[in-house]
Amino acid sequence: MATASNIRPGPTRAASLEQGAFVWSVALADAAKAAALAGILGFFFIGMKTDIAGDGLVLSYRWAALGHAVLIVFLGRLLLDALLGKAAPVTTQMLTAGIFIAGIAGIMTQDATGGSLPARALVGAVLGGLIVAVLYGVALWRRRPAPARAEATRQARFAIPIGIALVLLALTLPFLITTFLPGQQRQFIDLAILILTYVMLGWGLNIVVGLAGLLDLGYVAFYAVGAYSFALLSTCFPFIGFWSALPLAGMLAGMWGLVLGFPVLRLRGDYLAIVTLAFGEIIRVVLLNWVDFTNGPNGISGVPKPTFFGLEFSRGEGGFADFFGLEFSTIHRFIYLYYIILALAFLTNFVTLRLRKLPIGRAWEALREDEIACRALGINTTNTKLTAFGIGAMFGGLAGAFFATRQGFVSPESFTFMESAIILAIVVLGGLGSQMGVVIAATVMIGGIEMLRHISFVGQIFPGVDPVQYRMIIFGLAMVAIMIWKPRGFISRRNPSAVLKERKSIGADLVSQGEGH
Amino acid sequence: MEYFIQQLINGLTLGSIYGLIAIGYTMVYGIIGMINFAHGDVFMIGSFIALTAFLLLTSLFGPAFLPVVLVLVLIITMLFCVAWGWSIEKIAYRPLRGSFRLAPLITAIGISIVLQNFVQISQGARVKPLPPQIQGGVTLMEGATGVVQLSWMHMIIIATTVVLMTGFSLLISRTSLGRAQRACEQDRKMAALLGIDVDRTISLTFVMGAALAAVAGFMFLLRYGVIDFYIGFLAGIKAFTAAVLGGIGSLPGAMLGGLLIGLIETFWSGYFPIEYKDVATFSILVVLLIFLPSGLLGKPEVEKV
Repeated sequence: MATASNIRPGPTRAASLEQGAFVWSVALADAAKAAALAGILGFFFIGMKTDIAGDGLVLSYRWAALGHAVLIVFLGRLLLDALLGKAAPVTTQMLTAGIFIAGIAGIMTQDATGGSLPARALVGAVLGGLIVAVLYGVALWRRRPAPARAEATRQARFAIPIGIALVLLALTLPFLITTFLPGQQRQFIDLAILILTYVMLGWGLNIVVGLAGLLDLGYVAFYAVGAYSFALLSTCFPFIGFWSALPLAGMLAGMWGLVLGFPVLRLRGDYLAIVTLAFGEIIRVVLLNWVDFTNGPNGISGVPKPTFFGLEFSRGEGGFADFFGLEFSTIHRFIYLYYIILALAFLTNFVTLRLRKLPIGRAWEALREDEIACRALGINTTNTKLTAFGIGAMFGGLAGAFFATRQGFVSPESFTFMESAIILAIVVLGGLGSQMGVVIAATVMIGGIEMLRHISFVGQIFPGVDPVQYRMIIFGLAMVAIMIWKPRGFISRRNPSAVLKERKSIGADLVSQGEGH
Repeated sequence: MEYFIQQLINGLTLGSIYGLIAIGYTMVYGIIGMINFAHGDVFMIGSFIALTAFLLLTSLFGPAFLPVVLVLVLIITMLFCVAWGWSIEKIAYRPLRGSFRLAPLITAIGISIVLQNFVQISQGARVKPLPPQIQGGVTLMEGATGVVQLSWMHMIIIATTVVLMTGFSLLISRTSLGRAQRACEQDRKMAALLGIDVDRTISLTFVMGAALAAVAGFMFLLRYGVIDFYIGFLAGIKAFTAAVLGGIGSLPGAMLGGLLIGLIETFWSGYFPIEYKDVATFSILVVLLIFLPSGLLGKPEVEKV
């Protein structure tokens, strides 16, 4: 998408563009190269399409679509060169990729029932333009001089009030939603529950990856164990009830954490990563194929809903609404679920924050910084790693149990590697080891991806265009973009647990990432 | 016995494909210490390019020139896949050079999501079947329990792999590019001081990995004849497992690991419940790593304090 001049720009080009001067010939050549690359990349994917016809495959051609995509990339790149010059080459790469994707987005919808090609190309151009505008703003903002020390400490001073405000917001959120968005309350509370589930999972994984520094690519295994334990316990032994089955599921998942943690104790770095990934896959495949026990791909349905001190959220006599003299509404159950996951998430956070002050938490962080020094100081690294795995797994299991009761249904499909990857991405995008970062990343990524479901208004303006199917592409690109702009995550400062003189936040660069990285 | 030998041949074929993908993982890991999670999807991209190019060329030339078409498809697939590999490296990995090691892992996962969905949207989510193009073979044995057949397909795959592996080993051991790569693997800063263009070397490593993945995608298409946008995930994980099994960073290790994984998978499918073949593969990986924590041919990491 550009020449190889990122690192060492050629003299003429560097001189002209870095001084801000815009040279048409240079910019045109650059844009032509980007367009040519887009043409090559899109040749077999946009230009042609294979379809099943009869018992064979037929090839159809979409040269016009390819032409539009190339044209959009050319114009977009030219615009970018004019706006940014070569001062932010990395941004330019990302932007060109964004434009490429946006160009496709407008053009290449599977069922072009309506909407002529130029109209769809126009949508692509508009979307691309929007992306450019937003990212241009970000790029400008990033070119500011780095924040001074004073600002950093000011940020730290505001951390506590912001935290309190967020807790208050979280506590009152369902009522805010029911008051201000009565039409879509169910949808928004559902979204809040989903985000909180990921926050809790992120916090659980943060213990393993962020604190102990062990790269775990199979965290979803414990989520699955929790969900299945809960589902099986509550459907096979109905007398157990939600509140007894929940801790049992957490304990079982924690035990699995210990069991799976044991063989990986000797492994380092990426060997650890692949083995955890392997465990995740093994558990999924077993859940899928052990039909007698797990009901295989059909999953387990009819997982009971939680009760409020024995009161069910049902219509009529003896229900929650009846007992408290309220008018029955299905939303009560969702609000209740929201508070359960909020309490579970707070529990995770509270336990983590307290553990960081205990010897075991200190040992985790010491292990992350330097395993050899740990051993030399007499820390039992076996126990340290195992507790990290076990406690992280326990919280994953609790989240899984909650997932099972919320869905009322579990199946192996929910526990794929992609789920592990998304949880890990939330932890890393937020900033490894940062509790607040997980909240931000979960809100941005999960909330964002759900919001993208609702951009169908574009389709109403331009019939035949369905931008919803591009949301995973946008999700993936956003992951790349965030990592490039903020390699240490959204929160780039950390508060060390142990301090010599004064308590202050330090740059995340100073914190080691552990042996797994 | 016949069944056993037939499974052995099948296993070696599958193992060759895994091995070719695994080399891409292991080379990238060796040089920048990063798990390239998008590599399996480059393989998928390769198989799609091969499919489309094959249909395009057969519609241009007609079915008479099958061998010529296949060779052309292989070359086209490699070239276009190289363009993909280069662009991915440029967008997602190069900006993070020298950053901490989890960042490129996350961008790789992001790119993997992008590629899967891109192909799903542009080519549709349904599987694409391609009828077998190369049929026939040599019957090696005929016994009471069955026939052992070495098909042309098996021979082509195994021969291509052997040729590529030989060429590749020569490239690494004899050429200046190979020397530059090995130098970057050992000490990037020192290599840069000695005048090696480190960024270019790393880019070329990705490009070579992509080319090998393209070959694997092409052969996968010919051998199994069914592809969809999701094949990259499982093949990628298996190949990565192969790379780790052989000792990540070691090229012969990757090939050996690939063959082992292929054999384990095929034999398990032949004699035990096929649903659990992935469990078998991964369990053997876990057990092996417990006893050999750096894989079969990997060098144990020397830790300096």
